[in-house]
Amino acid sequence: METAIAFVVGALVAASVYLMLARNVLRFLFGLVLLSNAANITIFAAGRLTTAAPPLVPEGQTVPVGTVANALPQALVLTAIVIGFGLLAFALSLVFRGYQAMGTLDSDAMRHAEPAAEAGIGAESDAR
Amino acid sequence: MSWILGLPILLPMATAVLAFLLRDSRRAARWLSVVGCVALLAVALVLMDRVLRDGVVAAQMSGWPAPYGITLVADLLSAVMVVIAAITGLAVAVFALADIDERREALGYHALFQVLLAGVCGAFVAGDLFNLYVWFEVMLIASFGLLVLGGDKAQIDGGIKYVALNLVSTVLFLSGIGLLYGLTGTLNLADLHGAVAAVDSRGLLTVIAVLFLVAFGIKAAVFPLFFWLPASYHTPPVAVSAVFAGLLTKVGVYALIRMFTLVFTHDTDYTHGLLLAVAGLTMVTGVLGAAAQNEFRKILSFHIVSQIGYMVLGLALFTPLALVGAVFYLVHHIIVKANLFLISGVSKRLTGSFDLSAIGGLYKSSPLLALLFLIPAFSLAGFPPLSGFWAKFLLVKASLETGAYVIAATALVVGLLTVYSMTKIWAEAFWKPHPAGASPSLDQLDRGQRIVLVAPIAALAVLTMVIGLNPEPFVGFAERAAGQLLDPADYVRAVLGPAR
Repeated sequence: METAIAFVVGALVAASVYLMLARNVLRFLFGLVLLSNAANITIFAAGRLTTAAPPLVPEGQTVPVGTVANALPQALVLTAIVIGFGLLAFALSLVFRGYQAMGTLDSDAMRHAEPAAEAGIGAESDAR
Repeated sequence: MSWILGLPILLPMATAVLAFLLRDSRRAARWLSVVGCVALLAVALVLMDRVLRDGVVAAQMSGWPAPYGITLVADLLSAVMVVIAAITGLAVAVFALADIDERREALGYHALFQVLLAGVCGAFVAGDLFNLYVWFEVMLIASFGLLVLGGDKAQIDGGIKYVALNLVSTVLFLSGIGLLYGLTGTLNLADLHGAVAAVDSRGLLTVIAVLFLVAFGIKAAVFPLFFWLPASYHTPPVAVSAVFAGLLTKVGVYALIRMFTLVFTHDTDYTHGLLLAVAGLTMVTGVLGAAAQNEFRKILSFHIVSQIGYMVLGLALFTPLALVGAVFYLVHHIIVKANLFLISGVSKRLTGSFDLSAIGGLYKSSPLLALLFLIPAFSLAGFPPLSGFWAKFLLVKASLETGAYVIAATALVVGLLTVYSMTKIWAEAFWKPHPAGASPSLDQLDRGQRIVLVAPIAALAVLTMVIGLNPEPFVGFAERAAGQLLDPADYVRAVLGPAR
C-alpha cells in the first residue's frame, strides 16, 4: 500500500511542478494546491498505513485494546489541511485582487513593485 | 507548569483580539498596541531572568508529558530572541502611531501586528516541530495581511510574490516534518535529538535535513531562495517593513540554528558544508544586489539578505566561537536593521521620496537624524566600536581559527561593500543638497509626531551604542547561549525530565 501511495505522491508532485513552472499565477496556485495535498498524503503515509481498528479507548480502560491505527498523523494532517485551506483561500483572493488591480495574471508582466527599468543595473538610474 | 512560557504568546494574542474589537476607535486601538508591547517586553524580561537563573525552562501544555504533549521550551537563545522581538515590537508600535494611516488602522493593522508578534514569539518558544510549523503559519498569515493591507498596486504585486514563495516553503517544511516523523516516530525537538542518533539510514536523514534547509532557507532568505524579499519589503508602510526586516527572516535563521544544532548533527561535513557555501554566496549576492539599487528601502532589503549570510556562516562553521558570533550577530542585526528601516521612513516623511536621486539635504537641515542614521549604518558595516564590529570580529576570528580563509576574506570584503552602500545613502540622502531645493527639517513635523517618530530610532541607536561600547556582558551571554546549543543535554533534560 505504501508503494502505491508513494507513486500517487510522486505523480502529484510532478503535476504540481509542471503547473508551478507556468507564468500564469493562477496555474502556479493550482500547482500549490496539488503540492500541499502531496505533503498531506506524505504525512499520512509516514505514520504507517494499517488496517487496524480506529484509535478509540473503550469505556473503563485507560489505553486502547489491541492494535489500533496511529492517530497522530491524522491529527497532523487535519491541522495541515485546515491551515492549508486558509492560506490557499487567501492566496486565491490575493491573485484575484491582483488581476483586478494589474489586469494580468502573467507574473512577468507584474512589475509594479520592481519596475522593469530599475530591474537592470544601476546604469540608467544615474541618468534619471 | 510555567505560565511565563505561555505569556509571550497569550499576551499579544489577547491584545490582538482587543485591538480588533476596538479598531473603529482609532485612539484606543493604537495605544492598546503600545501597551501590549510594553507588557510583552516585561514578560520577556521576566522570562529572560528565569532562564538566566534556572537554566533551560520547559512547560508541558495541559500537563501532557513530553514527548506526547505540546511542549514550550526556552533556553538562552529563545529567551533573548523573545526579548529582542518585544523590543522591536515596541519600537515599531510607537513609530506606527505616526506612520500608519487611518484607513489601514480601520482595516485592523494593530490586530494583525500583534498576531504577528504572537507568531514570532511562539516560534521562538516552540518545543516540537509541528508546533513550530503552526507558529510559522500564524506569523505568515499575519504578515500576508500586513503586507497587502491598504491594497496599493505595488503592495499587491509584491504580496503575490511573497505569498507564493513562502507557501512553497511551508509545504516543504510540512513534507520534512512528515518524513522525519516516519523515520523517528517523534516530533518533539528534545526527543528528536536522541531519536535521530538511533536512525540507521543516515542518507535518508541527510535528505530530510536538506528539505528543512530549503524550507527554512526560503524563510531566512538565503541564496538562491531570497527573491521574494527584495520584491516585497519596500512596498508596505515603513512600520510594517521595519518589523518584517527586523524579525521575520530572523525566525528562519533561528529555526535553522535550532534544527542544525539540536537535530541534524549526524553529518556535519555535508550539511554544514552546504550551509557554509550558502552563507558565502548569500553575503556576496546580497551586497552586490544592494550596490545596484538606488532606492532607500531596496538597498536595505538587499542588505538583509547579505547579513543573513553572516548569521548562517556562524552556524555553518559550527565551532563554539562561531556560534557565539551567530547569536551576537542575530541580536545586533535585528536592532540595527529595524532601526535603519525606521530612519528610511522618517527620511521619506521629510523629503517626500524613497528614491535617492530625488532626495537630499538631510544633513544640513536635520543633523540629529543624520547622526541617528550614522550609528546603525556604521554598525551594519562593522565599524568599531559599534555592535556590528564585534559581531563581525567574532565570526571572522572563528573562520580563521578553523582555517576557512576564503570565507573570512569574503566576510571582510562584503563588509567593505556594505560601507559602499551606506555611504551611497549618506551621500545621496544626507550630504548632497535636495534636488528641488527643499530643506527637509524635523521641525516640519508637529511636536507629537516628532517624538513618536524619533524616540524609537534614538532608543534603538542607544541600544546599538551600549552593545558596541560595552560588549563584554553581551559576548558572555552569547557564549552561554552557544554553550547550550552545542551541548543540548540541559535542553533535553529540561523537556524530558532527568529519568531519560
